[in-house]
Amino acid sequence: MTAVEILIYACLAIGVVFNTLGVIGLLRFPDLYTRMHATTKATTFGSIFTSLAVIVFGLSMFFSQNDSQYLTLAIHAFLAAACLAFTNAVSAHAIARAAHRSGIKPMLAVVDRLEEAKL
Amino acid sequence: MIAFLVTAGAAFLMYLILTAGSGTIGFWSLSELVMGVLLAILTGLIARNFLCRSKSFRLLDPRRLLLLLVYVPGPFFVELTKANLDVAYRVITMKIRPGIVRVHSGLKTDLGIFMLANSITLTPGTLSVGIDEETNDLFIHNINIGEGDEKREVIESTELFGLVNLPAWIRRIAE
Repeated sequence: MTAVEILIYACLAIGVVFNTLGVIGLLRFPDLYTRMHATTKATTFGSIFTSLAVIVFGLSMFFSQNDSQYLTLAIHAFLAAACLAFTNAVSAHAIARAAHRSGIKPMLAVVDRLEEAKL
Repeated sequence: MIAFLVTAGAAFLMYLILTAGSGTIGFWSLSELVMGVLLAILTGLIARNFLCRSKSFRLLDPRRLLLLLVYVPGPFFVELTKANLDVAYRVITMKIRPGIVRVHSGLKTDLGIFMLANSITLTPGTLSVGIDEETNDLFIHNINIGEGDEKREVIESTELFGLVNLPAWIRRIAE
């Protein structure tokens, strides 16, 4: 195995481990808000690393074979990761806000300032 | 006019990125470049009032753009990594103490609030749930509130981040 291959496998391993932790968190946590923590953070981080593996693969193939389709692959993977990180955060906020407005209370919560503020 | 140029420029740049590797002029073919210009003009005409709704062009300043490019892979990624180790720890041990707290952001512009809310969602133990649009305070669902913090009315945004002062970075980029 070359150094580039080891880097690709390492990125894939980190990505898959964190995506798995996200799924386990989704199953184990008690309510919507805590589940959103697991799904937004862990899956964003995991998907960034799986995309990073694709980017490293694409760039290494581009520089070794000088075929521009691999450059396209790397750029598209980068854009996909950037859009994913962005939309994950925005949609998590949208879901959490919608849930709170429709009356779902956070379980086990020690304090709820949004309920007191009545927005 | 500036709004149109900014929107068309951004659309053309995105088109160039998506079609890189299609030909021999630089990385692009002639047909892609012509089509890109036409589509960029069309997009600029349709979308200029959506992209530039606030009529402020602070982000055109190259220093701010450079800071943004440093911010995302630098301090932001450090906090993102820490957030994931934190979530991994809580998934395995189930040590949670959740609640929703009010966080004083100290930012004034919509863009700053937007960036801070997004950064908070992806950083340790926190998820933005609501925004008080009069005072620009954020309501944060925190998965592990510190002892005694539930009695305080307002928490400063800098207390949420352990390693890097993200609100100061966002203030430099967006305001």
